[in-house]
Amino acid sequence: MSTAAVTTPPRRQGKKSLTLWAGAILVGLHVVVGLLSLVWLPYDPNAFTGGRLEGASLLHWVGTDRLGRDLFTQLMIGSRIALFVGVGAVAIGAAIGVTLGLLAAFASKWLDDALAATLDILIAFPTLLIAMLVVAMSDTASLWSAVVALGIALSAIVARLTRILAKRVLVMDYITAARTSGSSWLKIVAIHILPNIWPTLSVNFALQFGLAVIAEASLSYLGLGAPPPNASWGRMLQEAQGTVFTAPLGAIAPGIALVSLAIGVNLLADGLRERIDPTRSTR
Amino acid sequence: MSALLDIQNLTISAGDTTLVSNLSFTLAKGERLGLIGESGSGKSLTSLAATGLLPAGLSADGSVILDDQQVIGSKDSTINRLRGTAVAMVFQEPLTALDPLMRVGKQVAEPLARRARRDGRPLTGAALNQAVLALLDDVALPEPARLARAYPHELSGGQRQRIAIAMALACQPDLLIADEPTTALDVTTQAEILGLLDRLVRERNMALLFISHDLPVVANTVERVVVLRQGITVETGPVASVFANPRHDYTRSLLAAAQRLDHALEGKP
Repeated sequence: MSTAAVTTPPRRQGKKSLTLWAGAILVGLHVVVGLLSLVWLPYDPNAFTGGRLEGASLLHWVGTDRLGRDLFTQLMIGSRIALFVGVGAVAIGAAIGVTLGLLAAFASKWLDDALAATLDILIAFPTLLIAMLVVAMSDTASLWSAVVALGIALSAIVARLTRILAKRVLVMDYITAARTSGSSWLKIVAIHILPNIWPTLSVNFALQFGLAVIAEASLSYLGLGAPPPNASWGRMLQEAQGTVFTAPLGAIAPGIALVSLAIGVNLLADGLRERIDPTRSTR
Repeated sequence: MSALLDIQNLTISAGDTTLVSNLSFTLAKGERLGLIGESGSGKSLTSLAATGLLPAGLSADGSVILDDQQVIGSKDSTINRLRGTAVAMVFQEPLTALDPLMRVGKQVAEPLARRARRDGRPLTGAALNQAVLALLDDVALPEPARLARAYPHELSGGQRQRIAIAMALACQPDLLIADEPTTALDVTTQAEILGLLDRLVRERNMALLFISHDLPVVANTVERVVVLRQGITVETGPVASVFANPRHDYTRSLLAAAQRLDHALEGKP
């Protein structure tokens, strides 16, 4: 990237790249597997293709569950679902949160205070609890209701962060300078405020992506997430619970998948932030 | 000829506290006026009031007519048409007046494109680029093509202020408001920036409202001065007569302070 090449001394480039690459590889692996699961799977995820609770073998790479279904097939589908939930929840959370946050930042004192207080109350509720409430209010548990629920739960934090960051940018001289040269507020939001709050927001989004993936697993574990036959990692963990000592792979495999995706996204975000924020390169 | 900026009985207050009271002055096209006073005397507030950009919580009374348009009490969208057309501004601290995450060339292109659009002959692509480089050349920046791609933190203080001046010039304003444009710079850079402002204002026949606490700087740059103290006008008149025969104690003390500093710098008692 030419930006980085101009502004970054070579010495620091190496360390940053390591973070970026480690994150990109972990996330990339899940993306590839998730996409692959759309066109090819080793087995039908719902067919009984082997003995019960088999260990790892050439036929079943991470064994089978207590009904004899292939676990690797379920892991692949789990990747797809986790990515969908992460992207969907963060996108919904960002859309609602950034809009509310900007509104609060520009609002009159009275409206701003009201919004800020509401957000603080929302944030005081555990994310999972809000998500469970939203899921409970929808008619049937589905992947979509889980995504929307998590998105709404995440949006309060995004809104509060956006509000504070935007307020900090709003008092800067370059905003006044843009105003004196006749810039409209919409334009100022688009070219000054959003780019300046983006580095911080994006790191938050990555953290929330990880949170959303884990929260979805928790919802599925509790039976509130994607209903069968969707193989969510959370449901795999729940099903493996009773046999964790006889067939540990059934719990370890989805556990590793979950953690590797959450870590990967965080590393990727960290690496990317260092690249997109030009002022960091000289510090 | 009607005045470009006509301020009559301007009073700015925050709640019950009066920050500027009954300030009046006019500025004709091509004229250069200095607004002098110590920190907190209301100089910058006056310039913000002139562009209708007073911070929330402050209120203005009186009359500010900019380019035949009453600013006080007008809708923001009405005044916004004057900003970047009739008036542009240069700020004190060039680092914070530039967006840290935007290349400086783009920051100059922004007001340039807006002014062109308002004039009904949009500038885009290569033509816009060319205009940006020409402007950077005008403010005497070396290697405009390379500097246009730099971020503010990669430039020196003087270079940043030149960029800020280029941004103001991009608006082709009738009135340039310079709010302590040299205060944050070292003495040699100050002289360069003052020379540059002086040349550009003359070349383009802009009116200049120069805000400063620094008397020598003002004396060489403007024709008339208004001396403010705690929001009250204490003296006003042509720069030569005010400095030669100050009628008010405050002006005298300002002048004496400036002379003491001069003597100290030159090693005299």
